Amino acid sequence: MIAPSAYLLLSAILFGIGVVGVVARKNVLIILMSVELMLNGVNVAFVAAGSYLGDPAGGVFAFMVMTVAAAEAAVGLALLIALYRLKETVDITDLKVLKW
Amino acid sequence: METVLFILFGAIAVCGALMVVTRKHPMVSALYLILTLFAVAALFVLRQAHFLAAVQVIVYAGAVVVLFVFVIILINVPVTRMPVERASTTRVLGVFAAGLFILESAVLARRYSMPIGPAAEVGTVEVVGRALFTDYLLAFEITSVLLLAAVIGAIALAKRKI
Repeated sequence: MIAPSAYLLLSAILFGIGVVGVVARKNVLIILMSVELMLNGVNVAFVAAGSYLGDPAGGVFAFMVMTVAAAEAAVGLALLIALYRLKETVDITDLKVLKW
Repeated sequence: METVLFILFGAIAVCGALMVVTRKHPMVSALYLILTLFAVAALFVLRQAHFLAAVQVIVYAGAVVVLFVFVIILINVPVTRMPVERASTTRVLGVFAAGLFILESAVLARRYSMPIGPAAEVGTVEVVGRALFTDYLLAFEITSVLLLAAVIGAIALAKRKI
């Protein structure tokens, strides 16, 4: 029997690594993949909490998170293609039109 | 046995995640992302969430990562034009903050334990399907609107002329 806190800790580690990828990398593609990592970390917490508490809501919300992740990847990659066509770069620091 | 499998797949997931954020080329990152997603699917199986494990493999590894790989090949940035990663103060601080978050949750997870309810399956087809079509029907229906919006948005953004 594994303690529930082990799953929550693993979920926090995956989420934290995703945060590192989002704040420390410049490549937009890797930043989008790091967001997927963060969503996956949250899913681990949802499934573990649902299964230990005996509540089907955990599985349902993990399912919803997967839907949101798929939608986010589709829109994010479409944005990336549009940006690459415009500026020929995948460097996030080059995209500062709205920055002042 | 369960503990051994948990440690094994947990270690694979964490190592794969580390490789995703540290590799230079996005294609290598995408392949390590698949490794991590499979390890997380194995962890779902350990928690008896077979349906979610299958959805994880089909939707994530089979659709999302393939989309990533497709875009990486499509825009095909030469290695010489990849962004150069340099350590700046804000980024070091960001990594430090993420490490602090992991440490904090480790301390909290050691101190406070979750109450354990009656043993129940949460991720099988039957349980998830029943919950989705009764208690969470509205959320399920709204999901379809979200997906429609994502489809329209993706086409509108990526198309040259509409």
